[in-house]
Amino acid sequence: MGKTIIEKIWDRHMVYQEEGKPDLMYIDLHLVHEVTSPQAFEGLRLAGRNVRRPDLTYATMDHNVPTKDRESITDIIAKKQMDVLVDNCKDFGVELAGLDSPNNGIVHIIGPELGLTQPGKTIVCGDSHTSTHGAFGALAFGIGTSEVEHVLAAQSLWQNRPQTMEVRIDGRLSPGVSAKDIILALIAKYGVNFGSGHVVEYRGEAIRGLTMEERMTICNMSIEGGARAGLISPDQVTFDYLEGRPNVEQGEAYQEQVEAWKELATDADATFDSTLVLDASDVKPMITWGTNPGQGVAIDGEVPSPEDGKTGAEQRGIQQSLDYMALTPGTKMTDISIEHVFLGSCTNARISDLREAAKYLKGKKVAPGVRALVVPGSMQVKRQAEDEGLAEVFIDAGFDWRAAGCSMCLGMNPDQVPEGERCASTSNRNFEGRQGKGARTHLMSPIMAAAAAVHGRFVDVREVEAQEHA
Amino acid sequence: MEAFREHQGSVAALPYVNVDTDQIIPKQFLKRVERTGFGQFLFFNWRFLDDNRENPDFPLNQPHMKGASILISDHNFGCGSSREHAAWALKDYGFQVVIAPSFGDIFYNNSFKNGLLPLRMPETLVQSWLEKGQSHSFQLHVNLQEQTVTDESGAIHTFEIDPYWKNMLVYGLDEIGVTLQYEDYIRAYEKAE
Repeated sequence: MGKTIIEKIWDRHMVYQEEGKPDLMYIDLHLVHEVTSPQAFEGLRLAGRNVRRPDLTYATMDHNVPTKDRESITDIIAKKQMDVLVDNCKDFGVELAGLDSPNNGIVHIIGPELGLTQPGKTIVCGDSHTSTHGAFGALAFGIGTSEVEHVLAAQSLWQNRPQTMEVRIDGRLSPGVSAKDIILALIAKYGVNFGSGHVVEYRGEAIRGLTMEERMTICNMSIEGGARAGLISPDQVTFDYLEGRPNVEQGEAYQEQVEAWKELATDADATFDSTLVLDASDVKPMITWGTNPGQGVAIDGEVPSPEDGKTGAEQRGIQQSLDYMALTPGTKMTDISIEHVFLGSCTNARISDLREAAKYLKGKKVAPGVRALVVPGSMQVKRQAEDEGLAEVFIDAGFDWRAAGCSMCLGMNPDQVPEGERCASTSNRNFEGRQGKGARTHLMSPIMAAAAAVHGRFVDVREVEAQEHA
Repeated sequence: MEAFREHQGSVAALPYVNVDTDQIIPKQFLKRVERTGFGQFLFFNWRFLDDNRENPDFPLNQPHMKGASILISDHNFGCGSSREHAAWALKDYGFQVVIAPSFGDIFYNNSFKNGLLPLRMPETLVQSWLEKGQSHSFQLHVNLQEQTVTDESGAIHTFEIDPYWKNMLVYGLDEIGVTLQYEDYIRAYEKAE
C-alpha cells in the first residue's frame, strides 16, 4: 500500500524505535528566536552541554523588535532579551540574522526566503506557527522551550507518531477570495480543534492552483485548527520557488535534488486516518467576529447569537466572545467600524500580500480616524516592496510604513491596539488581549484589511470592486 | 524534570472553553530570560483589574479557590502559542495538576517537562467537577503510578497516559540526559545521511 508524505518523512527521520516509547526523530532544521530560547541556552550552559549541530540551527529576532527606530530600543527588558540571543549565538556558534542583517525578519518568512525550508525536512522552532514551512512538503511543527533545549543538545526529539488527516479542497476560488479566506472558512466550519493529534495534508484542485506564498498562509494557520502540523506535497510550484535561493543546490545538482523531492508526494493509493472536505467555490471573503479563529463568518453574514451554539460549551464560548468584543447578535459585519488596521505577520506579510493590498489602495486614502500600519515580514520583503513602488502606494494612502517584525500580531513590541478599540488584522489570532489588553481583533485577508482601512468599516471587497469598476 | 508520583490538593474550577496560552500568560511577561517568577502574572488580564486590584469576578479569586493546587478547565485548554511560560506560570502559582477534557498539543507536552501533570478526563466528569467547584472547595487525590483520581466520596476515576512520559515523571528523569544515551543511534543516523 502507498504512503502519505507524512509517513514518508516520518520513516526517513527515525533515529530509534522501540515498543512502548515514542519514536526518536532526527531534526533537519532548528529555527530559533529571542523569546523562547534564552532559558534553553541557559539550560545547556548549566548542564555543560553544547549545541550539537550549529550548522542545522539558524536564529533571528522578530517577536519584540521595534518596527521603527530600531537603532535605539527603549524597552530595556526587550533589549536584554535580544542582547542575550546575540551572546548565545556567539557562544554556541549559531548563525544569527540580527537587527543589522539584511536577512532579518519573521522566522517563518525568512526560512523559505533563504531556501533553508525544503521539501522532506523535519523543521522545528519554539513557535506554534512553524507549520508555515509545511507548504514546502516539510514536516514542521512548534515546540516549547524544553524541547528547544533538547533539539539544541541532541538534534532529535521523542515524538509519538501522529494521526494523518486529509483536508481536501477542490473547486476554484472566486475573485476577491484568497488563501486566507480558505483557511478561515475551514476553521469556522470544523472548529479550533479539528486537527488535534493530527498532521494535516492539504490536497485538491484548489491547493494545487495556489502560489507558494498562498500555500504558506494556509499551512501557517494549521495550529489554529489544533493540528500539530499542516503540509502540502511539493510540486513544480514548490521547485520553481526554491530554485536559485541561497541554501539550495544550484544548477544540475538542483535538478537531481528536485527528482528526489518528487518522490515525497503522497502516493495515489495512500490512505489517511481521516478526511475533511471544503469546496473552494463556496468560500466568500471571511472575517472573524469573536475571540478564537474559528469564530468567523463570511463578510455578508451577521454576528451570531449564543443560541447558534450546538453545545452548552459552545454557547458559553459565544457569549464570552460577544461580551469581550462588544458586539450584538444580528449586527451585519459590514456595519462594524474600526480604528486600526494591521497588515503584517507570518500569515500575511509576504510580497504578494503587500502587492494585493497595494493594488487595491492605489489612489485611495485611509479613512479619517483610522490608524493603518504595514509591517513587511522581512527586511528582504521591505526592500523588494520599496523597489517595486509599493511602499510609496502605502505611504500615499496614509499607511505607516515600518521595518520587519511580528509587531502588532502579538504586541510584544510598542505596536499595540489600545483598550476597547477595534482592529482589522491580517494576522492569525484574535485571542483576548492578543494585540493589547482589551483590544478587539478581527482577522481577514490583506485585501479585506486594505478595504477596511479605506472605508473605516468592514466592506465586501467583491461589491466594492464591482462598483468601482462599473 | 521534576518527579511526580501522587498529589492531594484542593480544586480551582475555571469553566471556560479554549483557554489559550495568551490568557494563561499574556505577552507582556514573555520578555524575561528566566524560567522562574511567572506565577504572579498567571491569567494576569483576567485576575487583575486596571488598577491592579484583584478582579472579584474571576473564578481563581474566589476565597474557596485560594490555595488550590489542581486546576480544572474545559475543552482545548492551553491552545494557541507554544510559549512554555504558560506551564511555568501555572506551576509557579502552585498548580501541580491540570485536568480538562482536551488540551492544546504543545501545552500538553510542555506541562510534562515541568512536572505539571496534565490529565485528560471524560467531559461529563469534568463538567460535574467544574459545577461543584463554582461554589464549593473540594479535594482530589491524584496517583500517577496507579493512574487514578480519587474524589472525596472515595470514587476512583482512572486516566490514560503515555507510558514513556509517565516513567519520566515518576522518576523525575532528565530527558536530555536520557536521549544522549542514544548517541550511537544519532551518530549512525547522521553518518547514513
